Amino acid sequence: MKPASFDYLRPATVADALAALAAGGDDARVIAGGQSLMPMLNMRLVQPRLLIDLGRLEELRTLRAEDGWLTVGAAVTQAEVLARPTLAREVPLLAAALPWVGHFQTRNRGTLCGSVAHADPSAETPLCLVATGGEVVLRNLRRRRTVPAADFFLGPLTTVKAADEIVECVRFPLARPGSGHAFREQSMRHGDFAITACAATVDERSANLGVGGMADRPTLRSWPLVDGGLPPDLDDALNAFAWDLGGDDDQHATARYRRDLVRRIGRTVLEEALSCRR
Amino acid sequence: MPPLTSPETPPVLAAETRHAVSIVLNGKPRTGHAHPRLLLSDFLRHELGAHGTRVGCEHGVCGACTVRIDGVAARACLTLAVQADGRRIDTVEGLAEANEGRMTALQEAFRRHHALQCGFCTAGILMSLTDYLGRNPKPTEEELRDMLSGHLCRCTGYAGIVRAVMEVTGQTMKEVSHV
Repeated sequence: MKPASFDYLRPATVADALAALAAGGDDARVIAGGQSLMPMLNMRLVQPRLLIDLGRLEELRTLRAEDGWLTVGAAVTQAEVLARPTLAREVPLLAAALPWVGHFQTRNRGTLCGSVAHADPSAETPLCLVATGGEVVLRNLRRRRTVPAADFFLGPLTTVKAADEIVECVRFPLARPGSGHAFREQSMRHGDFAITACAATVDERSANLGVGGMADRPTLRSWPLVDGGLPPDLDDALNAFAWDLGGDDDQHATARYRRDLVRRIGRTVLEEALSCRR
Repeated sequence: MPPLTSPETPPVLAAETRHAVSIVLNGKPRTGHAHPRLLLSDFLRHELGAHGTRVGCEHGVCGACTVRIDGVAARACLTLAVQADGRRIDTVEGLAEANEGRMTALQEAFRRHHALQCGFCTAGILMSLTDYLGRNPKPTEEELRDMLSGHLCRCTGYAGIVRAVMEVTGQTMKEVSHV
């Protein structure tokens, strides 16, 4: 339960970090808060030759709302975002979900960008990014590119990010007037990985449900509102969605239980999101 | 050696070398040496001899190794010693040291309410609480239990811990619910 050996670099600039990452290739990894990567290092599930620490880079401490987006830099912790007084107005889904991310003690160091780069299928931040229609900004030595969250995640711990790229920031669209949001999950213990997590957004036209912990990545489905309310056949629709997600049996829960969670928590969060529209 | 462009970036710390790491431990400057892979929890215990911080699961789940890094409660097992270089680290030893050698009100309340039995989890919980109660001086029982979910205690069932915190924050409670 101790990491294998690696070299360690604390670059002074993002450019230096990217140069080191490009030179290190697949043997180099970046670390910021380390709350996903450090357990994997300790268990030797990853054994990089070079660890590049982004945690102290002021350039990556962006946290601002402008032009319709909340931008969160790679060195900004979950606790810092959660403590933002305007968060519940700007990205209410994130405000509802962040208290479910790990524990008080891990949110103090863990970052949103790190969670997105890690891409655990049951993680809350990737789910919120997909459910709100957010974006991931990737950067390497030569260029910066923006990928919609829906295209970013490929599977468990797998994303479109290349080995020489870092997640520079993630961007959540600011909530529009008239929208409602809700988040709930079921886990073995509060703060543990979600067995199934549900994120709902409702606007004037549609009800949208994102689910984590079932498929190999956070998955979103939308239904048009009927007479300003949830579709009358919502139970059937949720059932179909639950089966399509294809969750597996594991040591925490059966696939059948997971489908039931989608049907039950899915309805709960959709009703909650509908009722809290403003 | 990767190509580096700016002179401000320090050299790569080589894996096989022990590097000087200086921290302010409970108010006192301390320097030790660490391979890059050394965890802060092991650095505190084995290099600096500060054995108050316990090591449990080493993947961030149990909370036994929780210390304060620049005042903020965090897992020492999910932090590298080299990452802590230049930081202020507070551990359980510092609580009484900063209180004229006597146990703090929180520690006394833990003793009164049997908030510990074997004590393995206690150091971590105390360090979490000193940060948490600074930000949230009068937590509800629900808020407190939410924070305590980041710690595993297999002796107390948490009831004594909750009672101790409620007392020390000047709150009374009729009955502590048992989980």
